[in-house]
Amino acid sequence: MKEFEPVIVAFCCHYCAYTAADMAGTMRLSYPPNVKIIKVPCTGKVGGVHIMRALEKGADGVIVAGCLEGDCHFKDGNVKAAKRVSYVQKLLDEIGMGPERVEMVTLSAGMGERFARIAAEFTESVRALGPNPVKEAPAGRARAAAASS
Amino acid sequence: MITAERKPLEEILALIEPYDRILLVGCNECVTVCAAGGRKEVALLSSALQMARMKEGKTLDTVETTLERQCDPEYVEELVASIDRADAVLSMACGCGVQEVAKRFKEKPVFPAVNTKFMGASERQGVWAERCQGCGDCLLGLTGGICPIARCSKRLLNGPCGGSSNGKCEINPDVDCAWQLIWDRLKALGLESRYEDIAPPKDWRTSRDGGPRRIIREDLAS
Repeated sequence: MKEFEPVIVAFCCHYCAYTAADMAGTMRLSYPPNVKIIKVPCTGKVGGVHIMRALEKGADGVIVAGCLEGDCHFKDGNVKAAKRVSYVQKLLDEIGMGPERVEMVTLSAGMGERFARIAAEFTESVRALGPNPVKEAPAGRARAAAASS
Repeated sequence: MITAERKPLEEILALIEPYDRILLVGCNECVTVCAAGGRKEVALLSSALQMARMKEGKTLDTVETTLERQCDPEYVEELVASIDRADAVLSMACGCGVQEVAKRFKEKPVFPAVNTKFMGASERQGVWAERCQGCGDCLLGLTGGICPIARCSKRLLNGPCGGSSNGKCEINPDVDCAWQLIWDRLKALGLESRYEDIAPPKDWRTSRDGGPRRIIREDLAS
């Protein structure tokens, strides 16, 4: 059987994580192609529903990657994002999905190496969790197909 | 505002268990402000419910809509356009909104997705506290703008009681003694003499004790 390849959606802040991912590329560091990056102006713009919809449409894991605490270009968008992530984790726990598929991380624009490491570690931890149970359901398969087309 | 909190998902899922098509209705008024049942919360709940169902190998079709005001029939009427696409309605409004929807669409089961809590105010971002119990005979003018009915645990009209300690209520050290607040405020206003006035027993007929209440404005009523 083909090994399960998780789909990871990473909401990356323009000012740090997105640039860190770029830096990882410039440094010729490889990280798993499973991570699909969505650039956001600030992680404070990522609402709970964005994370939920990503999972609903078939993502196996979601990372929200923002600036280090105190370094947010919009004062405290990263702190707000961290609170929202923990709210979504509780919501996922309530429906029996467990909180582990969603994670908030912080890094600076210069941390290309850290970005590559986070991408690799999170991909492996989601791989260990197995496929998103929602995606495995017949209705979920149809949705995931529609989302990826 | 009227405050509310989402019910546990387990309870909501049990309520809608027999139905595969749900009309999920939020409200743009109080429950939006207290982050319990506005557009964002409707989207989150819709997603969570669908995922919970899909996980079990089942499906759930949800139609999401948020009305300007769910406690007003003219806005509830807007649901006519989508009501046929659902087997049941799940309302994220306060109890008033839920009942208006149930009254308008008698053939559809209507369920509450939130627990309506109290009339309150925002203390700070994400924190709401009870401020009014709608007793129907406001006495804030006598108590320095602090309500002893809503904010004193015993609803005392001549407080404080012996449970007031260092400005806090005996029920919980985080709860301010309303009568301490009243005294401090009257003193700041130079109205200490008002504190000496003994309030007579309150006529609770204007409150819930008189049965369900209504207001009729003859000049407006049709």
